[in-house]
Amino acid sequence: MTVRDLAMRYGFLALLAAMIAYFAVSASGFVSPQSAVFIFQSVAITGVLALGVTATLVVGGFDLSIGSVATTAMMAAAYVMVVLEQNALVAVIVCLAIGVIVGLINGFLIVYMRVPDLLATLGMMFLLVGLQRIPTEGRSIATGMTMPDGSVASGTFSPAFLALGRHRFDFFIPNLVPVSVVVLLILAVLIWFFLEYTRFGRMMYAVGSNERAAQLAGAPVKAYKIWAYVISGIFASIGGILLAARLGRGDIASGNNLLLDSVAAALIGFAVLGAAKPNAFGTAIGALFVGILLQGLTMMNAPYYTQDFVKGVVLVVALVFTFALSRSGQK
Amino acid sequence: MVEGAVFRAAGLKKSFGPIQVLGGVGLELHAGEVTVLMGANGAGKSTLVKIVSGVYSLDQGEITLDGKPFQPATPAEAIRAGVVTVHQNIADGVVAALDVATNLTLDRLNGKGAPLLFNPRRVRREARKVADAMGLSIDLDAQIADLSLADRQMVAIARAMAHEPKVLILDEPTSSLSSAEANRLFKLIDHLRGRGVAILYISHRMSDIRRLADRIISLRDGVIAGVFGEKPLDYEGAVNAMLGQKIGLSAVAVRHADGAIFSSEHLKIAEGSTPFSLTLGDGEIVAITGLVGVGKTALAETLFGLRKPLAGNMNLNGRPYAPKSTSEAIDAGVFLVAKDRAENGIVHDFNIYENMSLPFLQRLSRMGILRRGAERTTARQQISDLGIVCRTERDEMGTLSGGNQQKVMVARWMSQNARLFILDEPFQGVDIAARRDIAAKLRASSAGRTTLIFVTELDEALETADRILVMSEHSIVGEHRNAEVDMDRLLAEIAGQPVRGAA
Repeated sequence: MTVRDLAMRYGFLALLAAMIAYFAVSASGFVSPQSAVFIFQSVAITGVLALGVTATLVVGGFDLSIGSVATTAMMAAAYVMVVLEQNALVAVIVCLAIGVIVGLINGFLIVYMRVPDLLATLGMMFLLVGLQRIPTEGRSIATGMTMPDGSVASGTFSPAFLALGRHRFDFFIPNLVPVSVVVLLILAVLIWFFLEYTRFGRMMYAVGSNERAAQLAGAPVKAYKIWAYVISGIFASIGGILLAARLGRGDIASGNNLLLDSVAAALIGFAVLGAAKPNAFGTAIGALFVGILLQGLTMMNAPYYTQDFVKGVVLVVALVFTFALSRSGQK
Repeated sequence: MVEGAVFRAAGLKKSFGPIQVLGGVGLELHAGEVTVLMGANGAGKSTLVKIVSGVYSLDQGEITLDGKPFQPATPAEAIRAGVVTVHQNIADGVVAALDVATNLTLDRLNGKGAPLLFNPRRVRREARKVADAMGLSIDLDAQIADLSLADRQMVAIARAMAHEPKVLILDEPTSSLSSAEANRLFKLIDHLRGRGVAILYISHRMSDIRRLADRIISLRDGVIAGVFGEKPLDYEGAVNAMLGQKIGLSAVAVRHADGAIFSSEHLKIAEGSTPFSLTLGDGEIVAITGLVGVGKTALAETLFGLRKPLAGNMNLNGRPYAPKSTSEAIDAGVFLVAKDRAENGIVHDFNIYENMSLPFLQRLSRMGILRRGAERTTARQQISDLGIVCRTERDEMGTLSGGNQQKVMVARWMSQNARLFILDEPFQGVDIAARRDIAAKLRASSAGRTTLIFVTELDEALETADRILVMSEHSIVGEHRNAEVDMDRLLAEIAGQPVRGAA
């Protein structure tokens, strides 16, 4: 194995290890269970979205609507519980349904209407950003708010729903691991297994690499593409549920960074283990990488406004790893 | 005939890496004459065109234009010297986002002396002049995107002619035109011939060639295989020279089929083509041969469920067969090794065994979960069966030679039993050793299925098949047992001439 192969394969993981070592030495309290959990918690929602968008990247597509699906799901959850006074289960089902429906529409637009993926999902993003504000005329949703017709919304977030954002499981230390982190880990393992070890995942990679060859090998290419967007929609709506549960209200202003952060995580994932292609393990590592970096910088008192800059640098470096060093990038 | 050649090339040689594409080609073009260049895929036609049009540089040899040396370093230089090429891909010749007038004068927008500002009226005035000179009646305000392919082709040629070239090269200009559209193009070419332009016309279509050719040059494996200039032109001889056939081929032990696996009646695969019937027997290998563009791939795709026949019915194993998708075809036991493996076959991100298992993942998985052990065992078996040269079954496809890549494509479909096994141009871009291996494997394993191969090169059919069918104009026009083949009749059928005697 040449030096270049080694750099390509393990370079990014080495960078991650070096970074952890650096923060461990220079930021006191960085190495602690609480700090680790905090990192996971900070990337849980972005990570879930990133895993979803990985599915669309695998079939050679892209989904720009994930951020707005998540915020729409959040607003819908709040609306269902606060205004319609329904329970947690109904709220969760409504959110997941939104994810499925948006995924199906995205897939339909891309596969049957032949709208390019970036444009279709960009349009969907705008549509959802507007749609989520219509029922409340642009206001955030919280108990006691005044509705457009003058009535007062008297419903509340059910405790069961809030537990999704606030309950912590015992893990060696009592009340350590939040639900969102558990959800992230479960989904990461699920999508990783699906993409790597099932024939459906293998076929999705085939569709992304050579659509025509996949079709000639008997794959229902259109169905696979639509499924990828449905997966992305569902994951984004799960992210929205976690967001709503964490905030406890339908906050119009939250979730601005979700899209860019999760796309960055998925793209950074290309560089992990020299995969040079979208992969679930890489995406999870990519999300963690960003989380660790930001946590470390915060603990070293770096100002908040440097965060996006640092994320950008990481993304650019990761893309260089992927495309400059890998063979498939040289074609 | 005009005496003296405007354009003369001698001893042209060109290699890409170790592969020699042109091995000393010489040709002459005369003013006011259409010279047709024929050649199978890979014969070196496009390379020759690209050298003459300044895209590639020459390794050896010399070209003169009007007696002066001609060695264009760039396409622009070739055009300035008076050699203009209209490439096969029409999209290269016109800018779809602009209107006809702008396209006709596009070349004047660049280069020295071009005015800074874009004056629509002056553009229209100049465009009108160009169109009139060409006898082109077309709405100058029309958008290219709204025009038919034929009209776009006309605009591309008119634009090329605005340079008043001495030599015009047309690379398969009718490949995507209907016959009515092609007729308009021929009139334009007649017009140019009348004006004394030397035209090099590259085509496979015999109807074009009969209509236009003053002279025919056949290119084969990078050398000129024949020049036909005496009227009446010897079309059969030209086809023969282009396809070539070596006497004393390793003779095939021809077998007789044991009963039909596949049959079809009154099958019609293109508008205006003659319906035909086809019967394929158990254990036999049938080769369908014919020039490029006569509907071989269309037939392969019809059999594989990629397109519907316009009329007629198909039967497989005695039952009606009408696949609506490739997966239905595969389930019925109809497999296709598609032509052009880079485009239609290889999944570039996958390694050898992943490429091989692609169509049969369902059978190689349990409850949706892949059984990698089984995948790799199957792949190893195929690698040794076909003699694929690689380190392990986990090698990337990019590390394999063309012949070995093609073996992987064939192996992909050999791991399961087919009823009808179709291979479309399986020997394209394959070295002779790999070609022999694949053909031998096909013959050795042919029992229990019927094998149908589509090939343009006659040698490949003669080397592999028990029976040879000839395709022309989207229909089957001839049938031969591959023993004491009547070569004259075969070539006449390929060339699309009226068949003498009953088929």
